[in-house]
Amino acid sequence: MENLEELLIKGDKRAIARTITYAENYEDKAKEIIKKLYERSGNAYIVGITGPPGVGKSTLTDKLIKNLVDVGKKIGVIAVDPTSPFTGGSILGDRIRMQDLSQHPNVYIRSMGTRGHLGGLSKGTYMAARILDIAGMDYIFIETVGVGQSEIDIVKIADTVVMVLAPGLGDDVQAIKAGIMEIGDIFVVNKCDKEGADKTVVELNMMLDLDEKKDWRPPVVKVAAQENKGIDELIDKIDDHKSYLIESGTFQERRIERLKMEIIESIKNKLMKNIFDKIQEKEFSSRLQQVIDKKIDPYTFADELYKDVFN
Amino acid sequence: MERPIRVLVAKPGLDGHDRGAKVIARALRDAGMEVIYTGLRQTPEQIVEAAIQEDVDVVALSILSGAHNTLFPKITKLLKERGADDILVIGGGVIPEEDIPFLKENGIAEIFTPGTPTSAAIEYIKQHVNRAV
Repeated sequence: MENLEELLIKGDKRAIARTITYAENYEDKAKEIIKKLYERSGNAYIVGITGPPGVGKSTLTDKLIKNLVDVGKKIGVIAVDPTSPFTGGSILGDRIRMQDLSQHPNVYIRSMGTRGHLGGLSKGTYMAARILDIAGMDYIFIETVGVGQSEIDIVKIADTVVMVLAPGLGDDVQAIKAGIMEIGDIFVVNKCDKEGADKTVVELNMMLDLDEKKDWRPPVVKVAAQENKGIDELIDKIDDHKSYLIESGTFQERRIERLKMEIIESIKNKLMKNIFDKIQEKEFSSRLQQVIDKKIDPYTFADELYKDVFN
Repeated sequence: MERPIRVLVAKPGLDGHDRGAKVIARALRDAGMEVIYTGLRQTPEQIVEAAIQEDVDVVALSILSGAHNTLFPKITKLLKERGADDILVIGGGVIPEEDIPFLKENGIAEIFTPGTPTSAAIEYIKQHVNRAV
């Protein structure tokens, strides 16, 4: 593809797609492009959409995009689904709920597999977000995998984290409050037309009221995404949170924190790639056999490998 | 580092169910591929747009309605217009033998008819994917 960079700046979808592919495969081309165009980034507002599996994250994201596109915004979406730790394969199905919008000229949607990355995001998420930012998106929505208790990486990358829940999780709300419940800037009770929604809202509010120290008290928004109910209010709350971040100076702090994470992430990826490039599969297997035969122990083996790689 | 093959499994047209497509999606997943599944009743335009945005290596089309002679060539034509004809396009479903030559002439690399084991499709994809993996 000629002039990938120029096309990327213009927001050409094919150029975005190819650059993100480079990013998720750790090809140096992605880094080269970001190096040249880094200055252009920093304008997109990043919203994380997270919550347990099946609460309606994709449907909610779809409605958010729809409402924002109607007022002329450019939207990039990164939807993460799990990769099988056994086969390396994955089924990325978030797009099903967003297919109507994907043809809109101002919308770009990309599905990513976690590819071994824990924490609810995929390996290339930071870079992919940076690329969408360079491509001129006003908003970037990052939808995490369905989370359990400790997948909180989204908080390190998003400006605003929207925690989506649904009625009927009951005591689960209590169970998860020590982990992921701490990261929501806004709470959504989706499927609020279902029984038990008000109870969930009350429980959430009670929990949030316990935390008096915070300057920002996360609001709880009732939404029925499928019926497009409560979406406008949610967008208002996202705007409120943005204003709060800017006025309190937290915005800058969060972005600096994100930069640190992006740098550390890049080092980690490079290290891992280096290590696995250097370790020869054959040699590894033959030496592993020695561990199996109890000629050496696993820790000596690991130390030796480490030495081989770094000397 | 080896990267997974990315496949869009898509159902063009007005089919009533997607059991077959889900079976193939699952089989490709188990073969270590990244499968993007977009659900029922997709237009050729939607399928091509998804293939571009997801930057897939393969588009696997599944169809039961009998409209394959119209819909499949439309998809390959649109891909070509977008400069994405390096994507391998294969098809499956209820497709009569006599239609296969026409579809192959129109850019569908291979057709898998009912009864084909999923392993055949997996093997075919691995051998024919155009972009370096």
